[in-house]
Amino acid sequence: METVKLTEAQKKSRRGRNIALGLVLAGLVGLFYVVTLIKFGGGMAH
Amino acid sequence: MTLIDNHEAVGMEGAPRLSEASARDYFELLKPRVMSLVVFTAFAGLVLAPGQINPVIGFIAILCIAIGAGASGALNMWYDADIDAVMSRTAKRPIPAGKILPQEALAFGLTLSAFSVIILGLAVHWLAAGLLAFTIFFYVVIYTMWLKRSTPQNIVIGGAAGAFPPMIGWACVTGGVSVESIVLFLIIFLWTPAHFWALALFKMGDYGAVGVPMMPNVCGQATTKRQIVVYALLTALSGICPTLIGFASLGYGAFATALGLGFVWYSLAVLRMPESDLRMLPAKKLFAFSIAYLFAIFSALLVDYVIVNVWLNAGGII
Repeated sequence: METVKLTEAQKKSRRGRNIALGLVLAGLVGLFYVVTLIKFGGGMAH
Repeated sequence: MTLIDNHEAVGMEGAPRLSEASARDYFELLKPRVMSLVVFTAFAGLVLAPGQINPVIGFIAILCIAIGAGASGALNMWYDADIDAVMSRTAKRPIPAGKILPQEALAFGLTLSAFSVIILGLAVHWLAAGLLAFTIFFYVVIYTMWLKRSTPQNIVIGGAAGAFPPMIGWACVTGGVSVESIVLFLIIFLWTPAHFWALALFKMGDYGAVGVPMMPNVCGQATTKRQIVVYALLTALSGICPTLIGFASLGYGAFATALGLGFVWYSLAVLRMPESDLRMLPAKKLFAFSIAYLFAIFSALLVDYVIVNVWLNAGGII
């Protein structure tokens, strides 16, 4: 079976993009968590 | 639009194209230098607005405005890839450099636009989100797709897109638009032509080569220089407006007057510049000063606000 062989440069850049995307997604999770706490924090306490 | 012909999905040997673009290349699509000005002016609008905003929500607001501005930059690079490849100033951008495909930039820009607007609406305020959406639309569709290649007034009208951020920042706090936020808008709106035409003068060859009808190429250097002086005068006047409407102190007014006079002085140097001057040093100096001017005006507004409020809190008036 023929497979795609990545060069070192392609592997390195893909890893870099994956890390960046992971950080963005983690940031979004954190952002929504914090916004939820701020927006509904007072209401939840009552 | 003509796309760059070396961007094919399949390589020379027929193998699938595998990207070597780094995260940094995608960051470059966001025009980080333009974004820094957007962040700063939006921050100023947010701080100067009357009222309170949770600091974390304020940070998210600035982040959304910055990403929205960056997204419009990516969409601008997608559409302008053909002319970017020809102009020396833009030839190294990620798309003409072959690092990112135009369709990848398009998807990146659209995704970030949607996320920035929706998150700003959900987390901060829907009017601010609406203004951000309109800013992106105005920059990409009205300026990039329509005005840029069709009229020498392109950056006069298109400059509105760059002038919206402080108004968005203001709307994030107040949930509305007021005279003060319109003045902040006007300062940037009236500043843009002199700033951009100074650049267009010493980049005339580049704009001529790609057929973008910038003012110096279409109406000539003399008309452009006269209009630069007119807009420099209008910018100087608008810079003093915060004091005139009682929104900033007399100290700010004096500082803005001095800066405005500097702006007019540099524009007069451009007016006196002979057409035979190929180095165009006065135009380059005006371009550099114009950037410093805008940062200084908004910094002065922030410093003025802090001084006045610290004084008020310390019991100076109340």
